[in-house]
Amino acid sequence: MAKIITVTSGKGGVGKTTTTAAIGAALARTGDKVVVVDFDVGLRNLDLIMGAERRVVYDFVNVIQGDARLPQALIKDKRLDSLFLLPASQTRDKDALTEEGVDRVIGMLAQHFDWVICDSPAGIERGATLAMRHAEIAIVVTNPEVSSVRDSDRIVGILDSKTLRAERGETVDKRLLLTRYDHARAARGDMLKTEDVLEILSLPLLGIIPESNDVLRASNMGVPVSIHDPNSVPARAYQDAALRLKGENIAMELPRQRGGLFSKFLRRAA
Amino acid sequence: MTFWKRIFPNTSAPQARERLQILLSHERQVLGGGDLLARLREDILAVVAKHVPCDQDNVKVRLERGTPMSILEIEVEVRGDFDQALVRAA
Repeated sequence: MAKIITVTSGKGGVGKTTTTAAIGAALARTGDKVVVVDFDVGLRNLDLIMGAERRVVYDFVNVIQGDARLPQALIKDKRLDSLFLLPASQTRDKDALTEEGVDRVIGMLAQHFDWVICDSPAGIERGATLAMRHAEIAIVVTNPEVSSVRDSDRIVGILDSKTLRAERGETVDKRLLLTRYDHARAARGDMLKTEDVLEILSLPLLGIIPESNDVLRASNMGVPVSIHDPNSVPARAYQDAALRLKGENIAMELPRQRGGLFSKFLRRAA
Repeated sequence: MTFWKRIFPNTSAPQARERLQILLSHERQVLGGGDLLARLREDILAVVAKHVPCDQDNVKVRLERGTPMSILEIEVEVRGDFDQALVRAA
């Protein structure tokens, strides 16, 4: 039976889709069967980040409405044999996703995959609550910035009340993924530090993804950042996060740029 | 001046941290309270409906926050013949 993960944040533009693709690819690279599911009906983008935008024929809504069978809608990744994508629909009908439909499709996916990763739309509307409905693990993607932290806190409250697990009196395993982290700015006191965000949100840390050009470069190419340049700093950070999801005990290495206190003084003096 | 700034840098992160801590402790109360009100509403409706006919939509629970006192206001709308039912019961 699959583990069902929801990647969520409340706020838009913090890196949910990037994270879904990167974690999905990193898990698939270890040999696990993974499906990433785009819940952002009307504004799908996971297909683009995965480089599969020209291969979309049927989508999530087609499957729910019975216009396509699930295997027809699943797109197999070009690079990794065990990675699949279920794209969202571009329909403007917000109510195209139904609770029953989502339950049925997630149930089918859970039988065939090791991991089902749901990419939530921004906001706290229907699409977002449907995306988190089946979550066993929630990755709360947060930037070290006030509005993102506030929205993450709100999402944590919703994870604790609106999910199937919450309704059954159980809890969703919530993990914080800090993205776009700039170690130098945090060290200067101009960006919230990891410890600050952890203390404010009191969530366990899944990983820290540094601000990096590699992320934009990978999205330009339509390749999940974790496999685009597997040795880049963000790729390694995502691979570590994926291993932590698998229960491995990987030390939380701060993804810092080189340069300690001494070289900083040198730079200032120069 | 630059020397002074280097020793006591004018940083913004501590402000962000403090503002968030104050805001979130407030929002958690209010939003957590939202759930509490929904539960109260359900329980009150169940008790009232056991004795008099009333509609699900006609129960209002409001919480007005203040210092040093908050007011919990409960308004249950019942059908017009409610008091006659009481008289008959007596």
